[in-house]
Amino acid sequence: MHVVIPYVVGALLFGLGVYGVLRRRNAILVLMAVELMLNAVNLILITADVSLRPGLTGVVIESWARPGSGVPAADTGTGGVLALFVIVLAAAEVGVGLAIILQYYRMRKAVVVDDVRLDAGEERVAG
Amino acid sequence: MTVADVLLLALGAVAVGAGVLVVTSAHLVRSGLYLVVSLGAMAGLYLVLGAELVAWVQILVYVGAVVVLLLFAVMLTRAPIGPSTDLDRPALPAVLIGGGAGLGLAALFADAFRWTFYAMPEPGTAERVGEQIFGGWVLPFEVLSILLLSALVGAIVLSRPDIGARAAATATEHERGA
Repeated sequence: MHVVIPYVVGALLFGLGVYGVLRRRNAILVLMAVELMLNAVNLILITADVSLRPGLTGVVIESWARPGSGVPAADTGTGGVLALFVIVLAAAEVGVGLAIILQYYRMRKAVVVDDVRLDAGEERVAG
Repeated sequence: MTVADVLLLALGAVAVGAGVLVVTSAHLVRSGLYLVVSLGAMAGLYLVLGAELVAWVQILVYVGAVVVLLLFAVMLTRAPIGPSTDLDRPALPAVLIGGGAGLGLAALFADAFRWTFYAMPEPGTAERVGEQIFGGWVLPFEVLSILLLSALVGAIVLSRPDIGARAAATATEHERGA
């Protein structure tokens, strides 16, 4: 298969994610764009697992990773494991991010990123 | 062009097209539903690339949990049903940076991998992934479980005003009283 296709798709999706993060004002839409970026990275990890496999024959991995098993060749499928880790991280990130957004909405009745005042805390201290 | 190539092209086109709609749609809810389409197409790409377990986890976690959570948040923040007019900032810097990053990376990848042909990988089974995770990746796996636990606790503390935000709430009340 031509591995350039998923690579280019991943790159374009990452660009779309960057565009969305910069363009959108609604915090939930910003989170959606972040999800797009994380997925693009996942796609590239999995594709790299396929395409870089032939180059990994005979490569010795670090000894701390596989104690007591002699000198194994580098594993294939590492890209999939890393992609799984990224999915877990994304789930945690969305959970905490949405909790923050909902708490902010409860306080200010808005989810617009531009209106978040970064100096509000200092003012309270001063006042 | 093999069958895998055609599948990759079709699914990639769906993923990118739905991604464009996610970042341009004026409807908040539609944006979330297009995200489902995009993530589903990407799960199809994983299947073609031989990462079977990742594809199903993607469906389960992303489409099943993350997007549902996002849609819940859309509803909890009383998003309007129709199109919203004030969703976007000026486009120029976003187009410059996003387009630059996307097209630049695409050009880099296209240059690096050009039209090299790779053999289809044998489909990765859950058994192999399990061997990997519990073999070489056991420490990151455990660290990740601690991170998930702390994220869980953090989300609960953040979203319950009677635990986390008590100090801040009383402070603002005091301010208003004064």
